[in-house]
Amino acid sequence: MQETISFTPQLAASPIAEILWLIPAVPMVASGVIALLKQPKRRTAAALAIGSLSFSLLLALLAFVHVAGAWALGGGIRETVNFTWIQVGSSHVELGWVLDPLAAVMLVMVAFVGLLIFIYSTGYMEHDENYTRFFCFLSLFAGAMLGVVISNSLLLLFMCWELVGLTSYLLIGFWYQKPAAAAAAKKAFMTTRVGDVFFLLGIVWFFAQTGTLLFYNGGAGSLEPAALAALLAQHAALGLTAAGAIGLLIFAGAAGKSGQFPLHVWLPDAMEGPTPVSALIHAATMVAAGVYLIARVYPLMQAGALTGGTTTALTVVTWVGAFTAVFAALIAVAQNDIKRILAYSTVSQLGYMMAGLGMGGVAVGMFHLITHAFFKALLFLGAGSVIHGCHEEQDVRRMGGLRSDMPLTFVTYAIGMLALCGFPLLFSGFWSKDGILEAAQHWSVAKAPFYMLVFGALLTAFYMTRQVGYVFFGYWRGHKTAHESPAVMTVPLAILAFFAMALGVIGTPAWPWFRAFLDGRALTFHMDGFAEPGLIALMGGSTAVVLLGLGLGWWLYGGQAPKPEQPDVLEKAVPVPWGWLHNRLYVDELYGVTVIAFYEWWARVADWLDRRVWGGAVAGVAWLFRGWAQLNRFLDTNWVDGGFDKGCEELATGGGLLSRVQSGRVQTYLRLLALAVVALVAILIWSSRA
Amino acid sequence: MEMIFYGLAALTLAGGLAAVLLKNTVHCALALTVAFAGLAFQFLELDAQFAGFAQILVYVGAVAILVVFAILLTRGSETPMDGVFSRTWLAGLAIAAAVFAVLSWAVLGSTRALPGPGGAPAATPTATVMQIGNALMGRYVLPLEIVALLLTAALIGAVIVAMHEKAGSL
Amino acid sequence: MTPLAGYLLVAALLFAIGLAGALTRRNAILVLISIELMLNAANLNLIAFWRYGPHPEALTGMMFAIFSIAVAAAEAAVGLGLVISIYRHAHTTDIDLMNRMKG
Repeated sequence: MQETISFTPQLAASPIAEILWLIPAVPMVASGVIALLKQPKRRTAAALAIGSLSFSLLLALLAFVHVAGAWALGGGIRETVNFTWIQVGSSHVELGWVLDPLAAVMLVMVAFVGLLIFIYSTGYMEHDENYTRFFCFLSLFAGAMLGVVISNSLLLLFMCWELVGLTSYLLIGFWYQKPAAAAAAKKAFMTTRVGDVFFLLGIVWFFAQTGTLLFYNGGAGSLEPAALAALLAQHAALGLTAAGAIGLLIFAGAAGKSGQFPLHVWLPDAMEGPTPVSALIHAATMVAAGVYLIARVYPLMQAGALTGGTTTALTVVTWVGAFTAVFAALIAVAQNDIKRILAYSTVSQLGYMMAGLGMGGVAVGMFHLITHAFFKALLFLGAGSVIHGCHEEQDVRRMGGLRSDMPLTFVTYAIGMLALCGFPLLFSGFWSKDGILEAAQHWSVAKAPFYMLVFGALLTAFYMTRQVGYVFFGYWRGHKTAHESPAVMTVPLAILAFFAMALGVIGTPAWPWFRAFLDGRALTFHMDGFAEPGLIALMGGSTAVVLLGLGLGWWLYGGQAPKPEQPDVLEKAVPVPWGWLHNRLYVDELYGVTVIAFYEWWARVADWLDRRVWGGAVAGVAWLFRGWAQLNRFLDTNWVDGGFDKGCEELATGGGLLSRVQSGRVQTYLRLLALAVVALVAILIWSSRA
Repeated sequence: MEMIFYGLAALTLAGGLAAVLLKNTVHCALALTVAFAGLAFQFLELDAQFAGFAQILVYVGAVAILVVFAILLTRGSETPMDGVFSRTWLAGLAIAAAVFAVLSWAVLGSTRALPGPGGAPAATPTATVMQIGNALMGRYVLPLEIVALLLTAALIGAVIVAMHEKAGSL
Repeated sequence: MTPLAGYLLVAALLFAIGLAGALTRRNAILVLISIELMLNAANLNLIAFWRYGPHPEALTGMMFAIFSIAVAAAEAAVGLGLVISIYRHAHTTDIDLMNRMKG
């Protein structure tokens, strides 16, 4: 259900809001300090990173308590602290941060999951020689992500967004000596870049229209009613209002970051990075930043909607999300790399989140984001544990029977898997996914997304069972014996597993705390929340779908997973569709022949231009100068020097000539004397005459 | 009495020319003596008796003899192989002619400043020996003493020049 | 032409003759002879001016001429002594060959 939300804006920020900026700043500073450390100081680096994030977590919890306390007293609060960053003449560029329920829950989630993954990494990356660099980047990422969460200005958000993208690039390409990793990092950066271009256009347009980049500014912010009304009055192309067009542009940026179709291609390749990176960045937090962005600018996306209706922007978001959910789930069915299955699963779940935002509003989408963060991080860390235990093996066809060798990993992994599938009642995924399905069921525009999402749920259960069957059941098909991971890795798994189950509590219809908290409404526990029409039927239906998927998966893969050389069961049955799905529906190849080919052609053109035209011009100028220099040298040698030399020669010759006067002969002197006398006398006579 | 003037002038000039042109150096010295004599007579003609006699005494009696001595001492009587005149004698002659030209130009150009053909001034000037003596001891005593010094120096110098050579070479 | 002018011309001509001799003859002694001629010409000039010029009673010209004679005599003596000593050194009186001061 979508409702307009209004908060009581605070006039003066509370102390915790004043120091909110420390939450992203401290990990960033820690990152800087680690960067200055020399390689061998592993313990210092890890301690700095974990310590700074713990501090941020502490502050985040304090902020959460503050907001929750204010909510409990009745009414949500939103506190902003804004300041002027640049002043050019009379126009200002302002930045600021905001503390409201949305920011508070996201802060706690990011800091908590991040901290668990940091601790996990000390075990996972123990044998890596670039341990310090890893924690430097991780810490920088944590700071940037927290910056995205609290920023009140679209500009500050974009800056931290870019920083998040940078650290993602650095971490995907952490093992840069591997060509595949370096290529994957570049792919990630460039694909998100495409989205970011549209995002930047949206920001510029937004700023031009509203005159401010702050979201909330005591009535003058860009997401507040006055600015939104102005945006609605403007009309852009294709029957959109300015609000709708800007919303779509911002969604393009979110689609890049959150791996929606068609910009999803980088996420599976990003699995080249270390598993903690995959867990933190590409499951729990960074990819969720896109969803968070849409949630943040939701008033813009929703502007102009009539009560119970929807806007063009949100419709687009829904369709893209639903399509991505099914598309990625299909591909996940036919993958053999343990992390790649999870990557496509993430893409699919992000599609669910987007669809939830589009159809159900901020609370629906964000609830699934929070629960997904926990169980997807759990699944990735579990996969990392499996990989670590199988001596860096990643192909599921070479694993098997790990149920007995790695019991703790198995139990936690199973909990995560069931949460992802949406197993009823006990697991948080069930409640969050059902929230989305319920919103889809009641969507006014079309029913197709609902059926797509249901089909997606079936596929999710199927492929996850396939994966678990391959990895944990059957017999061991690997080379060396597998072993359980150390405690520093399994304890975070256990903690995440606990939350994967427990978080469901805050989203049940009986006690929808999450929604109420985000909306700023009061709340009571009431079992007749279940009495909404069609709700029980929906819950039953989704349970049936999940069980169907689990059963299918177990039937095909549950006991007797084939040898690695033999093809997959499904592959034998339907080889051609399997081939398409295994090759990821040829999206990368399509990009290769269109975008990449064009780009290469353009690069060649530019190279030719550069070398021939500009280079030629520069060479021409240089040639001109050389010619000039040659001319100067010629002039200097022949005219100046030559002239001077000639002059000296003439002087010498003249001197030689003159010296002949000194013949040494007296008579010559006498003659000259006489001549001089003649001349003198003549002058005298002449002058006396005149 | 212009005939005397022309005659004496001719004598002097002839003697001078001969002194310059003759090949035998001794002949030149003797011609020089004739020129000196001619000049002395011209002084007498000009009522400068003392100068005239001094001329004869000094020039004819001493200088000419000295020149002859020098010639004899330097075997100047022998005529050199490649002529007595320098190779560029024409240039010298030309210059001398130029000098004469300019001097005569000066002389002839200023005739108006000179007294007219009335000739001599009213009275023939007297330059008795007593007057000359008085002048020497009176007005011209300083030049006289200096000339004396000069003569002494010349005497000593000539002796030294001749003597050094003697001690060095032989 | 006044008598003075005549004497002056004669003196000038004698001077020129002496100069010609000094400039053209190769024997050093002949150069000295020519110089004596020039000096005598100057003396003639002096006496002529004394006789025909104003104030002959001051005896200036006469005195000058007398001093000139004295000095000329001294100079002739010294000069000839030099020529003799040069002759002893170089065994020739040809002044064309005496160019050790050549520059």
